[in-house]
Amino acid sequence: MAKVEKCSCGSDDEGLMDRLVEIIFSFKDKPGALIPVLQATQSLFGFIPQEAILKISEILNEPLSKVHGVITFYSFFSLKPRGKNLIRVCLGTACYVQGANEVLTALKQQLDIEIGETTPDKMFTLDVGRCFGACGLAPIIMVNDDVHQWVKPSGVKKILTGYKNKKVVNQEEGK
Amino acid sequence: MILTEEKTLLLKSDADLQALYKAILKSKEKNSEKIFICAGGGCIASGSKKVKEAFVKQIQSAGLNEKVSIMETGCLGPCAIGPVVVIEKDDTFYQKVRAQDVKDIVEQHLIGGKVVESLLHPVGENKVAKKSELPFFKNQDKQVLRNCGKIDPTEIKDYISCGGYQALSKVLTSMSSEQVVQEVSISGLRGRGGAGFPTGTKWNFARKSIDETKYILCNADEGDPGAFMDRSILEGDPHSIIEGMAIGAFAIGSSQGYVYVRAEYPLAVERLQIAIEQARSFGLIGENILGTGFNLDLEIRKGSGAFVCGEETALITSIEGNRGEPRPRPPFPAEKGLWNKPTVLNNVETFSNIPFLINVGGAKFAEKGTEKSKGTKIFALAGTVKISGLVEVPVGTPLRKLVYDIGGGISTSKKFKAAQIGGPSGGCIPAEHLDVPLDYESLNKLGAIMGSGGLIVMDESNCMVDVARFFLEFVQDESCGKCVPCREGTARMKQIVDRICEGKGEMKDLEELELLAITVTNSSLCGLGQTAPNPVLSTLRHFKEEYIEHIRDKKCRTAVCKELIVFEILDVCNGCQACKKVCPVEAILGDKKQQHIINTELCIRCGLCLSTCKFDAIVKY
Repeated sequence: MAKVEKCSCGSDDEGLMDRLVEIIFSFKDKPGALIPVLQATQSLFGFIPQEAILKISEILNEPLSKVHGVITFYSFFSLKPRGKNLIRVCLGTACYVQGANEVLTALKQQLDIEIGETTPDKMFTLDVGRCFGACGLAPIIMVNDDVHQWVKPSGVKKILTGYKNKKVVNQEEGK
Repeated sequence: MILTEEKTLLLKSDADLQALYKAILKSKEKNSEKIFICAGGGCIASGSKKVKEAFVKQIQSAGLNEKVSIMETGCLGPCAIGPVVVIEKDDTFYQKVRAQDVKDIVEQHLIGGKVVESLLHPVGENKVAKKSELPFFKNQDKQVLRNCGKIDPTEIKDYISCGGYQALSKVLTSMSSEQVVQEVSISGLRGRGGAGFPTGTKWNFARKSIDETKYILCNADEGDPGAFMDRSILEGDPHSIIEGMAIGAFAIGSSQGYVYVRAEYPLAVERLQIAIEQARSFGLIGENILGTGFNLDLEIRKGSGAFVCGEETALITSIEGNRGEPRPRPPFPAEKGLWNKPTVLNNVETFSNIPFLINVGGAKFAEKGTEKSKGTKIFALAGTVKISGLVEVPVGTPLRKLVYDIGGGISTSKKFKAAQIGGPSGGCIPAEHLDVPLDYESLNKLGAIMGSGGLIVMDESNCMVDVARFFLEFVQDESCGKCVPCREGTARMKQIVDRICEGKGEMKDLEELELLAITVTNSSLCGLGQTAPNPVLSTLRHFKEEYIEHIRDKKCRTAVCKELIVFEILDVCNGCQACKKVCPVEAILGDKKQQHIINTELCIRCGLCLSTCKFDAIVKY
């Protein structure tokens, strides 16, 4: 299955829409195509724009209500644009017993947003996850595809600064 | 043609496979000393990529390229002490290796022949060098994880060199589908996803279903928080899953398989994709496999962040492109599953057991484990335990052995309180039952379940009422909403437990919780709802006193339940004002260099003062 990377070429929305239409057609004859198409859309745009939903519904011949129903069911799909960096705090059991709630509180305080919200400067979106399978390193937060382990509430500021400065905090300093 | 130098090689018969196998083994005889660097998800997060780069550089500058080769492997197990490195020639195990340590390893150990003491794992007062002598490893029995840590998961030839695809060849060239099913039935293998349904029985139902189109599905939607067994197999030995699925497909008569992997595992998806493409190019899946006329194609479908899609019928519905809502059974998927065709769904670990089972035979497989639960089980040991990570032991191993002999005991200064096993469908085992054998029946008797293998160790700092509340919140978040008992029943249960945690509970709440639990269990549509009350029932059974304290005394003995915590500033306060400055509600009073005091009426119990104080002057109780 082709991996769809988030487009960073600076193309305008129309360019992306053309790309999306190509992708939808490539999946059209696959059984159960709707979800892989939505996954590709999410990857391409960072969320699922209304225009994309219309195109998907039209080309795959699925009712709009169904497409909407599927999007709103799965937590990975977002109808709203997300920030440049998606922070997901793991609230799985192992992370929870190792203090993940305190880490989440610290992040909320630092960013001054609630779960599901994006900072006004569009740098960060805060979300929770329910286990990334790195339980031996709890508590975990993921920022985009980077895993940060043994996160302490006091260490949160440094991690955020790293992304603001477009650097990834040295993983070995995480503990 | 030098077989081992071919990047891809279409194997058209068992003879081709055997020739390649022998050629690879022969080439390994002359091969260099290996350095295994764990590239499981955990060690990657801890920085193993930088360690690998450092090894490449140091080996090069020491002129050892011909003599030493570096291999990135799947998860070795002890994630908490990663990045881990194993020197093959003398089985030396190094822990917490950083890039700056690599020069010493190369110069002192590889060249000088002397181990680097500071990187060895301590056991008591001593340091132990050999991996096979470490309690973490010697107390395990790696069957499913046999290849993890020894092979490059992105290299099919490594898998073949360990006997990979021999079982598939044996099945396709010398067994009938009935014989395969019989072998699996004799083994007593039970589904490793949590339900523990006999695998041979499931395959037999599907085998007998009359339909030309059948599907074989792998459930890699490992959603239980605290579980990472399947992740490690997907990342560390993906071909074992492919081989297991191919054997299953042959047994039931399917030529199309899907692996449903959760989206939270991008590395697992990547490695599995590589493995499928390699298997295809080597002719081990696709058309006319090994010239036997058997066809199978495999495709990956990714999840999109819904825990309920780990449930069999919800997973099927999701592949079909719908909201992941479960369906009533009967009809069971073996009869009418994906697109209404006979379908077998098994867990990653179940499939990974299959090649080994076929190779040794069902009877031999059944020699391990207990009377009713055969083989080994992988557990993901996490929480307040010294060495958290991946562990494989025979089914029936006592819990105590896992926590103390393998896990090294409690990582904090507090005592063991409970082991939560089975995820949101499971229960808590208290200290008095530490010797419980980890098998399906013994755990059921204590109100827990084996589950997929997630095992979270908790110490005295965990509030068991809060644990119940945590799981109810999880279920409420993840409930698909289709059936009333789960959607509404767990909501009401959560309201009651919330009230108890806030100090507003009443004694009659405990009866109401039990009654609701019975209703939700008996009338929910799927396993998510049916098992959602388990954490509550289990904590009520083993930790009722804590519930009573919350209700009667308005007290949380572990100071976890926010509304019941009291924060206090002690006499040692030196009036530095640090806590006063961070308090978001200005609840702290006191002048500079004077004893500070917290106004408990205003205090919102956020804990910022406690974490800010550098003089241990603030306590909570």
